[in-house]
Amino acid sequence: MSKKYRIVSIFNPIRLWKYIFKEPVTIPFEDIMTKKNAGYLNNNSIIKDKKRLESSPREAADNLRGFHTNDWDDCIGCATCEEICPTEAISMVERLDVPEKAGELQQRPIIDYGRCCFCALCVDTCTTGSLKMSKEYIYANTDPDAFLFMPEKTWQGEDVKEGWVKDEVSDLLDLKRVAMEHEDPKERKSSFVEIVRGYSKEFAKQEAARCVECGVCTSSCPVQMHIPEYIKSIWEDDIEGALRQIYETNPLPGVCGRVCTHNCETSCAIAVRGEAIAIRWLKRYIIDSAPTDMYEKILNEPVSEVIDARVAVVGAGPAGLGAAYYLRVMGYKVDVFEEMPQAGGVMRYGIPAYRLPDSAIDKDINFIESIGVNIKTNTRVGKDITMEELEKDYDAVFLGTGFFKPRALNIPGADHKNVIGAMAFLPQVREFERGNLKLEDIHVEKSVVIIGGGDVAFDVARSATRLQMLKYGKSDVKLTSLENEDALPAGDDELIEGSEEGIEFFCGNGPQEVMQNKKGEVTGLRLWKCLCVFDSGGRFNPEFDKECEQIIEGKQIFIAIGQSPDYDYIPESLQGKLEFTRGKIKANEVGQVANNEWLFVGGDIFRGPDLITGVADGHRAAQGIDEYLYKKAKKQSASDRIQDMRLAAKHNTPELTPKQRGIK
Amino acid sequence: MRELKLFLGPQHPGMHGNASVHMFVEGDIIKKSYLLPGMLHRGFEKGMERHTWVNNISLIPRVCVVEPDINEMAFAMGVEKLTKVEVPERAHWIRMIILELARISIHLMAYGGLGGPTGNYTLMYHAHADRNTILNIFEKITGHRIYHQYIVPGGVRKDLPIGIEKDIHAFLDDLESRYTEYRDLGVENASFIPRIKDTIMLPEEVVWELGVTGVGMRSAVNKPYDLRKVMPYARYDQVEFDVPVSDYSDARCRVDIKLKELVQCIGIIRQCLEKIPEGPVRVPIAPGQSMRWTVPAGHVYACVESSRGEFGYYMVSDGKDTHPYRVGVRGASYPQGLLGIEKYLPGTRIDDAALWIDTMGVCSPEIDR
Repeated sequence: MSKKYRIVSIFNPIRLWKYIFKEPVTIPFEDIMTKKNAGYLNNNSIIKDKKRLESSPREAADNLRGFHTNDWDDCIGCATCEEICPTEAISMVERLDVPEKAGELQQRPIIDYGRCCFCALCVDTCTTGSLKMSKEYIYANTDPDAFLFMPEKTWQGEDVKEGWVKDEVSDLLDLKRVAMEHEDPKERKSSFVEIVRGYSKEFAKQEAARCVECGVCTSSCPVQMHIPEYIKSIWEDDIEGALRQIYETNPLPGVCGRVCTHNCETSCAIAVRGEAIAIRWLKRYIIDSAPTDMYEKILNEPVSEVIDARVAVVGAGPAGLGAAYYLRVMGYKVDVFEEMPQAGGVMRYGIPAYRLPDSAIDKDINFIESIGVNIKTNTRVGKDITMEELEKDYDAVFLGTGFFKPRALNIPGADHKNVIGAMAFLPQVREFERGNLKLEDIHVEKSVVIIGGGDVAFDVARSATRLQMLKYGKSDVKLTSLENEDALPAGDDELIEGSEEGIEFFCGNGPQEVMQNKKGEVTGLRLWKCLCVFDSGGRFNPEFDKECEQIIEGKQIFIAIGQSPDYDYIPESLQGKLEFTRGKIKANEVGQVANNEWLFVGGDIFRGPDLITGVADGHRAAQGIDEYLYKKAKKQSASDRIQDMRLAAKHNTPELTPKQRGIK
Repeated sequence: MRELKLFLGPQHPGMHGNASVHMFVEGDIIKKSYLLPGMLHRGFEKGMERHTWVNNISLIPRVCVVEPDINEMAFAMGVEKLTKVEVPERAHWIRMIILELARISIHLMAYGGLGGPTGNYTLMYHAHADRNTILNIFEKITGHRIYHQYIVPGGVRKDLPIGIEKDIHAFLDDLESRYTEYRDLGVENASFIPRIKDTIMLPEEVVWELGVTGVGMRSAVNKPYDLRKVMPYARYDQVEFDVPVSDYSDARCRVDIKLKELVQCIGIIRQCLEKIPEGPVRVPIAPGQSMRWTVPAGHVYACVESSRGEFGYYMVSDGKDTHPYRVGVRGASYPQGLLGIEKYLPGTRIDDAALWIDTMGVCSPEIDR
């Protein structure tokens, strides 16, 4: 820089004339206006020439983060967008005009564009992918309120091009479930060891970290468990908090953590595009990892009788125990009558130990007993004590006796002694697991056929596999059902694990005859292909294709096509006063029987069909019994803490889920 | 002579951002001056403590408006150091392309910005028009023109769009062909040189006193101190480039170095486009959904070479929460912007104040963070 000035030609500036022919890089104002905004600007002096308004607006880049669009058909109202929004521009608004569906909340996001910073985190975290951003980036209006609106599929009533859309890279959710360790199929086939090993602390926390706390699961759970809250507690490593959350709504978490039908996972927002949060296993993790002293700490909190009224509960199954627990928490004296030697009902005598070990049931039931519920086992109502006595001695009676009688199959040969009902077989299996029965005492042939496609059918099939392995060293189990494999009533896990264990499936076939040889031994089952299970009216009325026939071999047939109730314990005089529909007792929403206000029902004999609905029925009935008794019962003054617990038990009463109300 | 109190900014074409310089003048000579920050104090550092790690990516670019990518880069590097996440190879190269494009963009803006206070509007229009082309490229890659929110902990948010290399090459070729024209309009312009030569000095001792880094330091001390060379991040150790230096720091020299850096940036981007491998561009920094990402406990200082000097984030994580425990930002222009204006602006003329701020590279949100 020694020279002060560089001498340049006087004509030097002329070379800039080349820019005369160059397209300007800047864009005229008119060109960025869309027709909508142009309409607004018509009265504005900025644009006077209307022709220029018709010029095509500049098209933004394909990735542009413009104004939002939201496809309401896909949106489930999970509010994850609201949660992540860094500027709190998004809030959820209740929209009752949105059709009610299971696994969906009736709310949609509304966006305040005065706050929105167009970062598109809401798009990247959207569970369903319904929220997108368009290429629209100009919006003009004189009304400030017009900048607060609910995005819809179109933008301002017109179709627009998509801008920023989430892809695999930008997705902020974790769609893959933390793998659960299972016992090896070869190993587990020969024993009744529990298959699912459970999460370790690290894995449980990782799985819990996937939850977006939307609460769609809560609304689909029959007992409306506080699922997001306890999952958050796991993530924060607060087992005690999680345990307290669970016991507010479900007194059988150890059982439900293993064998619940998990409607919550079916409706999980993450499951729309990925694998649902393993809610059931996380619940099990809480119960398995809560130390005894933590239980004791919660147990020592006061639950004491403040209400001088007695309630009898018939049947110590999920519904009965649910009702007993909540009635006790509300302050009633509760006696539970159970005909079997141990409490638990279907949990104790139906479900095999490889899915639900005794230790899990014991933990839950011990807790219920320790708060003061009195369970009288080996006491059959109708034999050891009559219903009349119950009616006389107690202020209210709850029936939760379930479906234990096998449903009969009317086909030729079904009366053979080698054709066995599921509920006759499964209790034997459990007794064998407990060591009360020897292997020789259980009748299992070398090859068996199971009729049915529900969870019970799989329980029978897989138990039979294990018994055959123990007895003969090899297994030969076939399962046939009316439904096709993709429409089986049983859970998906059952089908996968069952086939891993070597069960052969003949799904989509209806049994026609039990084949016998000349000696009168069972040799197999004749099947016709099932064309449809239900008729056009939705009633059970299977149609078969006679041409498509096959015979499967088996020396023993198990029938697991459903169970029916056994009402022998109810005296005829009372039965006459009850109304039955398809084997179930008719009652009002909380299970109170009309004209017999002291009588409440729940579980399979009232609503069904699963364990968790039984618990919900029990909770609702407890609420109903309380309504019925509270006014006439004598009360002692209660401490604040007891009042709180009572209110919590009442407050958390589950409502009927959309599914139970018949909404799909 | 009577002393007069004057304000430069917060609304003034020569002021960079919403800050104000409070000047006491005698005639046209500034006698005393100090910066009045606080015009745009949004509490960035405090705000970051209340945003989750992932939400912060919408807040951090605002610490420097014209060059937001350095914030994203420093933040991402810090989080990656704490979580020990290995960024995919392709993401490193994409990050370098973005950072160098941003460097070109801000150098053009600073260079063109000289046109405002000096009346050389041709320079300003040309520079801004070219910057606009870069913003178009940014819009295609990141989805936004200014606040890209593109470089995130674990990589980048999306892969490069198909065909973007063509746009970038076209722009680089165009810029390179017009490089001499840019020099003629500014640093070689006979009518312009008197305004910038031998004025607004930054002596070496002032550099050491204030802690000036970047172009200011390199122009004064004749040492190629550039973080891309001395502590390479991303893949700067795998590309070849020079660091222009000088030992005489007047306004013209600093602007000259910025222009020379443009050429280096063009070279780096071309090498990046050549060497960029295929592959994934992002890894999650923690398991789970983003709002439950936690970062292991620890503290970290991550810094990058911005157009104005060393730009760093000091971050503390307590390991439990989903958000940083503390974040401190080292704004590159903090020393010269806050201290320099108070100590070394006096003595210059009023009409040089805007040039002083431009050539020193002051970015007020960095000071007001």
